[in-house]
Amino acid sequence: MSLVRKIGGFVIDGVWQLGLVARFFMLLLRYSGQSFLRLHLTIREIYFGGVLSLLIIAVSGLFVGMVLGLQGYETLQRFGSGDALGVLVALSLVRELGPVVAGLLFASRAGSAITAEIGLMKATEQLTAMDMMAINPIARVVAPRFWGGVISMPFLAAIFSAMGVFGGWLIGVVMIGVDEGAFWSQMQSAVDFRDDIMNGVIKSVVFGVAVSLIAVFEGYDCTPTAEGVSRAITRTVVSSALAILALDFVLTSFMFRG
Amino acid sequence: MQTRATLIDYAPLTPLNTALSEVSENPLVSLQGVHFAYGDREILRGIDLNVRRGQVVAIMGGSGCGKTTLLRLIGGQLRASSGVVSVDGRDLAHVGRDAMYALRRRMGMLFQFGALFTDMSVLDNVAFPLREHTRLPPEIIRDLVLMKLNAVGLRGAGALMPAELSGGMARRVALARAVALDPMLIMYDEPFAGLDPISLGVIGQLIRRLNDALGAASIMVTHDIHESLEIVDYIYFVSNGQIVARGTPDEIRASRDPFVHQFVCAEADGPVPFHYPARSMAEDFLGAEARS
Repeated sequence: MSLVRKIGGFVIDGVWQLGLVARFFMLLLRYSGQSFLRLHLTIREIYFGGVLSLLIIAVSGLFVGMVLGLQGYETLQRFGSGDALGVLVALSLVRELGPVVAGLLFASRAGSAITAEIGLMKATEQLTAMDMMAINPIARVVAPRFWGGVISMPFLAAIFSAMGVFGGWLIGVVMIGVDEGAFWSQMQSAVDFRDDIMNGVIKSVVFGVAVSLIAVFEGYDCTPTAEGVSRAITRTVVSSALAILALDFVLTSFMFRG
Repeated sequence: MQTRATLIDYAPLTPLNTALSEVSENPLVSLQGVHFAYGDREILRGIDLNVRRGQVVAIMGGSGCGKTTLLRLIGGQLRASSGVVSVDGRDLAHVGRDAMYALRRRMGMLFQFGALFTDMSVLDNVAFPLREHTRLPPEIIRDLVLMKLNAVGLRGAGALMPAELSGGMARRVALARAVALDPMLIMYDEPFAGLDPISLGVIGQLIRRLNDALGAASIMVTHDIHESLEIVDYIYFVSNGQIVARGTPDEIRASRDPFVHQFVCAEADGPVPFHYPARSMAEDFLGAEARS
């Protein structure tokens, strides 16, 4: 009986939390006007969330591409298709790895920072002070960080994919000796702009919305103590990772049904 | 009481047409029969309180007695369960979000630890409400900010970041920010907490002088009875969610009320008990033997 009660409580808590997030998202959209009217607020967040994440994104993309080059060539060679390495690397990155891994890295680097910043502002009464100055904290603090994340994410995913392709070329063409013409021409003919690249962009935008929403909500909703902020940061990283992987499955099942 | 002649250092804060230090007839803040509860836990029970323009009023009482809740009710952050909270003649129960924000533009609040924005310099912190609520040119805003900082003695600290300030300096910057828009009402949440005696005296005098210079009303939630008696016009004592004593500083000093006496003399035991409610000593130490 207690197990049933626990499951029931868990479900009710989950629905309650989802409702809170939905209401928060509606408020965020309602007060987003300032993020665009006063663009410097959003540009500042693009810098902190996006530009400062470039290094980790670029280096990770390079290594993922290099690993793909090594593993991909090893497998393709068994079937005598070593020249198709460019296609394998590009499609893997553009369709899946680019948006997903960039999203995971963005959540752990920028998402956690956003949660920590908003959470600490709450713990030190900065959000209350703003509200008492008749300045809406959702419009002034939350919305620019949310839109900064949403705008940054597709660019980060694109840079991740580009660096990955470069890493694959470095291993495949420069080190292993795959024919450079075959590497690029097969990639060019096999990768479709609408079906592959645009679907990857859509994924990265969706992941950007999910990660940014989770990050700002957890910061805004956290218990205003050191422990509360720490827990909120953990929740941001874990929830974002799960959301990205779940959404990726849903989006992939709609986009690439063959 | 601060006289007009000695306010010359604070001249930039003085509205031209304000009758300085005069207490108005009608209350700027009025609470009538206010009750408030967090869920089932009742915090305030039938609070009646008035604050007039020109007055500095202290709300005192033990920790957790509902003092800060009172400030939040007056600031419109919380709504009373019953009773009337009115500011400048407007019942806050019937004020919408936009109207509440319009009202808050005429209020200033000093938080316990300043609540300065840590990513902004001192100058930007004080300029923040001016930049958000006015369309003044940057040069004018800079001059206004320097005037406010001058009034709290920190004109030279504009470039410092909050992390570089001492507790007393941070409180003074927060005070300059609270009065940036020349408010009609200034609220202070524990303005003396954690300050050394010099900073404490400075903050106390600033509260009095800024209030007089602005012709505003000030409400101060504090534990510091001795500093408060020097600067305030009226004191309310809150205990168990009710106002248990009230009066001018002279009346408070002469009071024989046991609660006031305990508070003024800082006695450990009295109407506010030293011990948290517990079973009898015999029951706790002798256990079953005592019960039988």
